[in-house]
Amino acid sequence: MADLFVSTLIQGLIYALVSFGVYITYSILDFPDLGVDGTFPLGAAVTALLLIKGVDPWLTLVISLLVGALAGLFTGVVHVRLKVRDLLAGIITMTALFSVNLLIAGGANLPVERAVDTIFTAPSTMAVLGGLTLSGRKLVISLVLAVIVKLVLDLYFKTKSGLLLRAVGDNASLVTSLARDKGSVKILGLMISNALVALGGCLVCHETRSFSATMGTGQLVFGLAAVIIGVSLFRFYGATGLAQALRRCRPLRFLGSPRDTTAVIVGSFLYKACIQIAMSLGLPTNMLKLVTAVLFLLVLVVSGRKGEEIIHA
Amino acid sequence: MLEVRDITKVYNPGTVTEQRLFDHFSLTVEEGQFVSIVGSNGSGKTSLLNIICGSIPIEGGDVLVGGKSIARQKDYQRYASMGRVYQNPAAGTAPNLTMLENLSLADNKGRSFGLSRGVNRRRVDFYRQQLQSLGLGLEDKLDVKMGALSGGQRQAVALLMATMTPLQFLILDEHTAALDPKTAEIIMELTDKVIREKHLTAMMVTHNLRHAVEYGDRILMMSRGHVVLDRAGKEKRATSMDDILTMFNQISMECGN
Repeated sequence: MADLFVSTLIQGLIYALVSFGVYITYSILDFPDLGVDGTFPLGAAVTALLLIKGVDPWLTLVISLLVGALAGLFTGVVHVRLKVRDLLAGIITMTALFSVNLLIAGGANLPVERAVDTIFTAPSTMAVLGGLTLSGRKLVISLVLAVIVKLVLDLYFKTKSGLLLRAVGDNASLVTSLARDKGSVKILGLMISNALVALGGCLVCHETRSFSATMGTGQLVFGLAAVIIGVSLFRFYGATGLAQALRRCRPLRFLGSPRDTTAVIVGSFLYKACIQIAMSLGLPTNMLKLVTAVLFLLVLVVSGRKGEEIIHA
Repeated sequence: MLEVRDITKVYNPGTVTEQRLFDHFSLTVEEGQFVSIVGSNGSGKTSLLNIICGSIPIEGGDVLVGGKSIARQKDYQRYASMGRVYQNPAAGTAPNLTMLENLSLADNKGRSFGLSRGVNRRRVDFYRQQLQSLGLGLEDKLDVKMGALSGGQRQAVALLMATMTPLQFLILDEHTAALDPKTAEIIMELTDKVIREKHLTAMMVTHNLRHAVEYGDRILMMSRGHVVLDRAGKEKRATSMDDILTMFNQISMECGN
């Protein structure tokens, strides 16, 4: 039972990276980026290949980020410069990446042998976390990475560039009035988002020691569900007496008004937990995506959002 | 100074609905002049603003600001020396950002948007003082999200944001049309004050004939892509509401409205 909880926690934390990416496109840019379903396995394919080639496991994180940003750049250029609708731009990227991923991995599946080191078994990791079990190391590393990304994003959203990014999804004409090209700002947002999604794919590859061409299916839906669950839940919490009381108390203020990025991590964990529960109740693996879709539909209906206005509601 | 030189604008060219709105249309607005433009729907006043701002393309002619052509610049590049307040109070601000964040963005116009802190705490007093001068009690609401404010309050902040950095030109696009009469008056007075204080060159399109008569130092009436009335200075001050109304009814009749 404890094992199951820990593994769900690890899943939630790793997939939170994907949710951060989806949060940026969907909630901030108001851009339903289906390219996510291609960028996620792209991160995994690149990682599997590099690990097998003997590249330092930690370096694969950086390379995945860069490769993901490149995919985001592609979607952005297709949408902004070639003026293709947002949904279609994402679909084009997703479809193209399916072949690109097969090309990188050299097939539909690419397992990473036990003998090959991942970030969870690399000598540099063992030097610091050698005293822990494998799942202990997975938990610590995924927690640290999720928290680092969360803090960096929180800081970024407060910078001038971050404010401009938030403004472009909120009111693009304001960005034009500020003498800035709203298209470039959107492209930047897509690059950051897809970089994070690819990083998520990279970590999943480290964790499961495999790449599969179909692992991307449903990632956008997962990310959206995590964002909506987290943000809705925190909004509900924010209206409670407890949160209001905490906000009035200066040192505890941050507990009273948690950031959306924290909500995204919580949402990601809860969603993975729901799936985990369904699976442990004896649901066959083949039904996984069906459960994912039905759960997402439930979340949309219960949160009363139906998907059209996630953040602007 | 703003100059619109010889512009031609054709809507739906080459189709049965082809409509030639401007045919070698020219207009010059002197430095520091505050021009009000009135005219019925379809007279071309909003198209003129959109042409100046680069929101719609033209088939011929040139737009010059301070003697330099901006016709080849993209819309966002033109805004480097221009400010605009829209009819929709939601258009000038970002609703999910706080007022402080909105003002900080406007304050940074013309500089780079890099990784330095978005909100400059040292400017807060300045923002507060600017908000105070609006007289709407907004100075205590810096941390409130823009979307939580009323239309009039948002429009006042939008006006402040549009004029925060040095401008060559301010465009007011029916900016009081979506407000209730009392708020419209307040915003109009604020607009006049800001234009006078900052010595701005401004162009205001309005459906409120009284505003056009009372404010500004030049009035233009447009009809079907032509200027049918143009009065400035003393002549403008001598123009009464009745004169304008009579003229307006006349052109409306010709258009079949």
